[in-house]
Amino acid sequence: MKIVKRLRLVSEQGLHARPAAMLVETANKFMSKVTVTKGDLIVDGKSILNILTLGVECKDEIIIEVEGEDAEEAMDLLERIILKEDV
Amino acid sequence: MFDKEIKLKGVPVSPGIGIAKAHVISNDLLQVEHRSIKESDLSEEIKSLENALLKTKKEIVKIQNSMAKEMGSKYANIFDVQLMLLEDRVLLEEIIERLRKELCGVEYVFFDVLKKYKKALAKLDDPYLKERAQDISDFGKRVLKNLIGKDMLAAKEFKEKTILIAHDLSPSDTAVLNREFVLGLVTESGGPTTHAAIMAKSFEIPAIVGAENATSKIEAGDIVIVDGSSGELIVNPSHATLRLYQEKKNKVEAKLVRIMEFKDNESKTKDGVAIKIMANIEFPPEVKSVQDHGADGIGLYRTEYLYLNRENLPTEDEQYQAYKMVVLQMVPDTVTIRTVDLGGDKFISQMDISYELNPFLGWRAIRFCLARPSIFKTQLRAMLRASVHGDLQIMLPMISGIEEVDEARKIIVEVMRDLDREEIPYNKDLKIGAMLETPSAAMVCDHLKNRVDFFSIGTNDLIQYSIAVDRINEKISYLYEPAHPGVLRLIDRIIKDSREYHIPVGMCGEMAGVNYFFPLLLGLGLREFSVSPLIIPELKLIVSIVEIAQAEKIAAEVMKMDSAKAIKDFLKAELKALLGKDYGELVGV
Repeated sequence: MKIVKRLRLVSEQGLHARPAAMLVETANKFMSKVTVTKGDLIVDGKSILNILTLGVECKDEIIIEVEGEDAEEAMDLLERIILKEDV
Repeated sequence: MFDKEIKLKGVPVSPGIGIAKAHVISNDLLQVEHRSIKESDLSEEIKSLENALLKTKKEIVKIQNSMAKEMGSKYANIFDVQLMLLEDRVLLEEIIERLRKELCGVEYVFFDVLKKYKKALAKLDDPYLKERAQDISDFGKRVLKNLIGKDMLAAKEFKEKTILIAHDLSPSDTAVLNREFVLGLVTESGGPTTHAAIMAKSFEIPAIVGAENATSKIEAGDIVIVDGSSGELIVNPSHATLRLYQEKKNKVEAKLVRIMEFKDNESKTKDGVAIKIMANIEFPPEVKSVQDHGADGIGLYRTEYLYLNRENLPTEDEQYQAYKMVVLQMVPDTVTIRTVDLGGDKFISQMDISYELNPFLGWRAIRFCLARPSIFKTQLRAMLRASVHGDLQIMLPMISGIEEVDEARKIIVEVMRDLDREEIPYNKDLKIGAMLETPSAAMVCDHLKNRVDFFSIGTNDLIQYSIAVDRINEKISYLYEPAHPGVLRLIDRIIKDSREYHIPVGMCGEMAGVNYFFPLLLGLGLREFSVSPLIIPELKLIVSIVEIAQAEKIAAEVMKMDSAKAIKDFLKAELKALLGKDYGELVGV
């Protein structure tokens, strides 16, 4: 199964500190492949280095793509992190 | 060669002038050397990376746990990113791929890949990401340390004449200082009582501490002049400057020759009162320097070096040999050996010592020894066995009250019983003393008097604890002040009490070796001094010129004064007057 969602980051800290760590931590809990796209950069959602270098700021639009058997559950949790106000 | 001459300044801690090329140990990601490998080494290289990552993970988790306990989990989260980096598959895959392609050492590839990411983050203009770049640096340093097996500096042995420039040197770093090649030492952090400063002094290496931004302003290979007497640091000197300092260096060395003439003077005041001017040492080979400078014994033999920079604990026999060597060479003079003072800024690599937020107030010295009686007993056995070879005394550090002395004595008696049973000889009248370096101990000399045979005032810690100033923190090290009237009153009280109770009292901190404090301490009634060996000839010159009555007058005057600055100005002027012009210039007042 493959799910694609276009989301806008809510956290004021950007995807740099706690939210980035939570995103990667969550992505790693699932079998599914997770990619995050910003502009024309596509990176592995399971790599903290990749997520950090993507430089996602508050209100930036990103595309999350999850592919695999547990995609639905994974996307559900990832979406919550992106849309959560602050951590 | 066309670089402009620049001048920096720091705190002078070890006199002399050193001129050589700089070796810079940067606080940022360290330089790692490129090394070629064979295809068949690949799996071995990958395995060593995995091991280093695993080890680093354990270290971080441990720090994180103790931080969570101390400050709450919110703060411990600062390690989350580092922990995730350790498990970052993209990073690992990239390293392995490059390893295969480039066939060079894994530490180099690791270093290079991280550098790339760090640069990428630094480009994004965001304060949060700047912090992450720092995370990557810290993470990189931790892993590299485990990958290479030891600290970067320890891995490097100096083969050419060098001025060493670093942010700070840990005790294990300073242990590799080789005075044949290290002609000068400069650190950015710290004050005159840090381990680096003490070591530089004992190795007679000109040194400056607290030189801000030295590691960023000086590049490897720059010619550097270190003036450990004035605190001046000159980078890329012009020909004229170079000549000036070369001349100065020759003059300093000529002065040294003159001062050395006083080393065999008897340690007596002008009016014939006997004084003891002894030496502080750290390593057995320093005994030569102790004898060369005419010491009346060893007032402080630090034993930490035996425990540092190694993977296992020192055996009883190894310690016995070290103590015996020092004691035998010093016969008939007294050697006071201090039981190990681990903790504070001195950690033991093999021990399970967790991160402390306030290490100088933490688990160290006698507290550590009493909690680890097996380590303590091994050292005591070695000391007791060595006591038959000469005049050995045992000194207990960081005593805060009677309980620690009682407990320590109980353990010493147990060790003696064991030795009796095994029919191993030792000196049954061996003297045991307490170091007075906490204000609480300083106030209870009367309670301690029947429990120990002597006192020794450890001024470095006593000052730090009474002024509540972390002597390593460069932002506040200016507060560290031996001439603080409050500190002087504590010292005065200790000396008065000791004399009243007829307990020998000495001083073994840095303060004892500052020439202008000498008449004051003498006037307060101190008769035993233990200082860096280099200072002994100078103190012997001063002691032969002072009369006790003069010293007492100086002390009485000082105890009425209210400011450290006024006290120091007064003491310097008094010493100058005592010594006259010629000798005054010789000792530099």
